[in-house]
Parts: sequence; structure tokens; C-alpha cells
Amino acid sequence: MKPAQFAYHRPASLDEALALVERYGPDGRILAGGQSLVPALNMRLAAPAALIDINRLPGLDRIGLEPEGLVIGALARHEAVESSPLVARHAPLIAQAMPHIGHRAIRTRGTVGGSIALADPAAELPACLVALEAVVRVAGRGTRRDIAARGFFRGIYTTDLAPGEIVTAVVVPGIQPAWRSSFAELARRHGDYALVGLAVHCRVDGGAIGVARLAFCGVGATPVRASRAEAALSGRRPDPGVVEEAGRALDADLDPPGDVHGSPALRRHLARVLLARSIGQIAG
Amino acid sequence: MQISLTVNGVAVSRRVEPRQSLVDFLRYDLELTGSHVGCEHGVCGACTVRVDGALVRGCLMLAVQADGCRVETIEGVAGTGEVFDLQQAFAQENALQCGFCTPGMLLTAQDLLARKPGASALEIREALSGNYCRCTGYHAIVEAVRTTAEARTKARA
Repeated sequence: MKPAQFAYHRPASLDEALALVERYGPDGRILAGGQSLVPALNMRLAAPAALIDINRLPGLDRIGLEPEGLVIGALARHEAVESSPLVARHAPLIAQAMPHIGHRAIRTRGTVGGSIALADPAAELPACLVALEAVVRVAGRGTRRDIAARGFFRGIYTTDLAPGEIVTAVVVPGIQPAWRSSFAELARRHGDYALVGLAVHCRVDGGAIGVARLAFCGVGATPVRASRAEAALSGRRPDPGVVEEAGRALDADLDPPGDVHGSPALRRHLARVLLARSIGQIAG
Repeated sequence: MQISLTVNGVAVSRRVEPRQSLVDFLRYDLELTGSHVGCEHGVCGACTVRVDGALVRGCLMLAVQADGCRVETIEGVAGTGEVFDLQQAFAQENALQCGFCTPGMLLTAQDLLARKPGASALEIREALSGNYCRCTGYHAIVEAVRTTAEARTKARA
């Protein structure tokens, strides 16, 4: 349970980091919070030739309000995001999801950028970004791109990042007063990855759901938008019959995997439970 | 690689291999064996230490990453008396048997009580959910933390 040998680099600037990423190519790995990478190194599931430790890059942990929305730097630790008044105000969905990520001793190190770049299908943050229709900001040598979250997550541990690119920030578009959000998940133990998680971002018009955005985690290779259930809710008052109808629509939206943690049928059932709870909370 | 850091208030400087974890560095190089190595993938919590005041998994941070940091282990917080009452409560409530998880439990409990002095039993359970104990069944540990929280609240009043 000890890592194989690797060269260790601690770049002092983004340009220096990008040059190292380019130099090592697939033999180099970026070390951010390390809460998923270091276990993989310890178990020798990963044995890169070099680690590029970006933890000391200045300014990359910044959380700030910009004209395009709330910008959360890639190196912002989960714990900093959890306690940020800006996040609580401008991205309450993310604030609600944070306590579900691992344990405190994980959140003090784990980073937003690391979670996004890893793209674990059961992870909370990717689902939040998809529900918020947020943007992932990436940089390469001489290039900068903004990628819609929905297109960023391509498969299990697979993203739209090109060789030589790293995640620098996520941008959450400004939310209007009528929007409400809720994050809920079901796991066997607190801190475990979710069997099923649900990020909800809705516009509430009077007593009705104007626009519904539902993104599930743990039920597919990427965060899954439940478009049929969204349609079943949109423009309607979320009374029990409507929520039940939306729950039935999930059967066509979701095709969850079965594994040692739970069967597809269990996950389908839990997805309905979460939907009913979350909509109840938002409408209540 | 050469690193310099403060461990339990003492400045240390050592040459380490980049692949060495922080907890192995503390145990092998500094002979601070109070932090334990259990699962080595961040699940069991036995290696919990504080880095710049924040609770971290000693097995998921490399020693080279602690360069320039302030590290505190169970030896440090026990030595200053910071967790003396918690230790007493653990003994009182039978909250340990083999003791392997205890250093991590104490540091995690101390972190919780510093942030939430009035933590409920449920909050204590949630906070300790990342620390495994294979002896006690947890109930006595939760009780020890709860009674310490109460006693501290009373002492402040």
C-alpha cells in the first residue's frame, strides 16, 4: 500500500503547471486535493511518472462574484465552499451538497476542480453543476475555454478536457430570486458515495413549478438530467398526483446500474423517494 | 526533497522521498507513532492529524506537501492538555479497548467541539462517521464526546 516512485513538481504559476502537463502528457498527473488520486497511488491503481502539485498556485482557490456569475476557483477546498457566504447566497444548491461529500477531514483537502476533473459518476458536485447549467472553465498552453457542464462530463471518469488542459474554475450563472434548489442523497452511511443523489434547481411561479431542472448522480456514467420528469413537473402545481407522475417518468429517464451497493430496482425506487422529498421541500 | 515544517511546535527539517505519506513521515522519520496507519486510502480515520489547524487524513497527504506547514499530532494536543478532558471522558465511558482508533477519534471530536460546542448526539455520530472503531460499537465514544461537550459548556457558563 505504498505508491510507486514518481517525480514531484510543485509549479509556482499556472503557466509553469501547464508546461509540465504538456511535457509529461499521459505520464503526468495533476495533484490537487489528492483525496481520490492518493488512494489510487497507494493502491497502485495509478503509477504516474510525475505528479504536478498545483496546491500552491496563487489565486486558484478564489471564490468571487463576477459579471458572468459566481466563479469558484479550481483549488477552492470543499470546506471553504461549504462555509462561503457567497456560495450560500449565489449557489445554495452547492452549499447544500457540500456536507454530503466525504467527511470533514476529506473536505478540508478535496477541491472543486479535482472533483470535476475526476468525474466520478456518484459525485455530488458534477450533478450540481449540471442542474445549475454551470460552466467549467479550462486552460491549456495559450488556450482558454468555457465548457457547458452538461457537455463536460462524457462518461465514467471521462471529461471533455483535452490533453494539456486543466480545470481552472467553475462558473455558476447568477440566480434569480424565484429559483429554489435542493440537494438530497441516500447512502448507506454518512460520507459514503451516494447510492442515488439528486440536485434540483427550480423556478417557482406562485404555487407552481415554472421550470424544473433535475440532475441525478449515481445512476449512470455521468450526471443524468431527468428531462421527462422535468416536463411532468413544469408549469404545474406540485401536488401529490403530479409528483407521482413525475416519479413514473423517471423510469424512462434513468437506467441505473446494479452493483454490490444496490440493484437497479433499488436505485429506481430511491430516485423516486428523493424526487418526492426534494419537490416537497422546494414547494413547501 | 528537503522539507521544513513545524510539528507540535517544534521546527523540523528532513529529506524525504516524494512518495512518502505525511503519516509515514511522522511515524518513521519523527518517531511520532500516535498517528496510526489503518486502511491507507482515507476511509478509516486512524491517521487523522491537523495541518495548519485543519483536520486531514495523514495517509492522503504527501510529506512533501506539508513543507512549510504547521502539523499537530495526538502527541501534540495531548501534551498541551488541549484534549485532557476528552481523554478522561474516553477512559470514564469505556470508549476505547485496543486504542488503535483513539488518536483519530480524539482529534476528530476536538475539531467538532471547537466548531460546534453544543453538538447533539446525532451531530457527534455524523462527525465521527469517518473514523472506524472495531472494538466499542461507537456508543461509548459518542457518550464520551457528549459528556465532554456538556462539561465544557457548563465550565464556560
